[in-house]
Amino acid sequence: MTVEIIRATGEHIMIVMIAVGASIILGIPLGIWCARRVRAGGVALRLIDAIQTIPSLALFGLLIPVPFIGGIGTHTAIIALVLYSLLPIVRNTLTGIRGVDPIVIDAGVAMGLTEQQLLREVELPLAMPTIVAGIRIATVVGIGLATIAAAIGGGGLGTLIFRGVSMVDSHMILAGALPAAALALLADVILSFVERRLIKG
Amino acid sequence: MAAAVELRNVSVGSILHDINLRIPAGEAVAFIGRSGAGKTTTLRLVNGLVRPTSGEVFVDGAALSATDLITLRRRTGYIIQGSGLFPHRTVYENVATVPHLLQWNEDETRAAAEQILAKLELPLEKFGPRYPRSLSGGEQQRVGIARAMVARPLLLLCDEPFGALDPIVRRDLQDAFRELRSGVTIIFVTHDLPEALRIAERIVLFDGGRVVVDCPSSEFTRQPLPLVQRFVSAASLAV
Repeated sequence: MTVEIIRATGEHIMIVMIAVGASIILGIPLGIWCARRVRAGGVALRLIDAIQTIPSLALFGLLIPVPFIGGIGTHTAIIALVLYSLLPIVRNTLTGIRGVDPIVIDAGVAMGLTEQQLLREVELPLAMPTIVAGIRIATVVGIGLATIAAAIGGGGLGTLIFRGVSMVDSHMILAGALPAAALALLADVILSFVERRLIKG
Repeated sequence: MAAAVELRNVSVGSILHDINLRIPAGEAVAFIGRSGAGKTTTLRLVNGLVRPTSGEVFVDGAALSATDLITLRRRTGYIIQGSGLFPHRTVYENVATVPHLLQWNEDETRAAAEQILAKLELPLEKFGPRYPRSLSGGEQQRVGIARAMVARPLLLLCDEPFGALDPIVRRDLQDAFRELRSGVTIIFVTHDLPEALRIAERIVLFDGGRVVVDCPSSEFTRQPLPLVQRFVSAASLAV
């Protein structure tokens, strides 16, 4: 049993890390883009918002018949998780960049920073604590959601929970639920720490 | 190496109407006027932060529409109210911004930063490693001046830089600023007439997006225009 919990926990961490990693790679540039183009950005944000309203179990189910990305297994679970993790990261990137004091931006432009330099040296560093907060939310929510991914054969700690439910075995349910809760708390603590460290000056 | 500035028939939407100004190299000009008169917009035309809807702006004879604005801005100091310091950078890193953009080497940058900060009574070893948030408003504004002037700009644009400071600090900074101003063309936006008279040798008064008075500082108070007299009487109450 212990071996199984450790294996499932490892799998769980991997699924969430891949999903959140992909969301960071997609979400930060998308958030920057949304911050630059007010109208198109608004539409994109509403679209990502709409995905959040789909009940997670339904989204997992809906992805199964989709060609290429669908099917039964871990990769479908990861794609669904990416769709959910995207929103907090995109939204916080957007909020972080929009939240930079306009006087600071004005000074940067007036000193001759190019658009790229302004983004890299001023906007992103100042937005970073907010962006990391988005990553933290995406991770914590993702760890919880990933348990449901077991319903479509995604693996991870949800496997134990689903098995426990079908066998009416509360020990088995807890064997999945407690490590998942612990992981979420741990991720929250670590990323909160990173977030605070990033606030400079 | 100061730069001359010229505005030829410049209009900006409904904000500025047909502005014509010639500022010779090395002159210090104050733009005064009430809020919304167009002085800040005119200032921002000079480094291309605002584009004219018609007319043309020239810096050192070159039309801005055909100039690389990034290069121009790196040679143009810009000092604003609230200083606009980068909050995530130390005082030294802030002051070193333009030298780094111009790819000066570290020794040169450090020497220039040390020199300008010393003139503003901010010793580098004490203030260099500090973050802007730990400084007083007056100190932040001094760092803002140092950051704008460290790379020896041809042109200095100032938008009410001392507006938010208490009168004593304000007076100190005006004095410090006057000591630094040689060899550079200055445009200084303020709504404070005594400040304009202290800093500039020429005064341009804006009203409703137009230039209504353009004269040497020494002659300004003698202008018969009612708006001038209102500025004068407001100022004499304040002094």
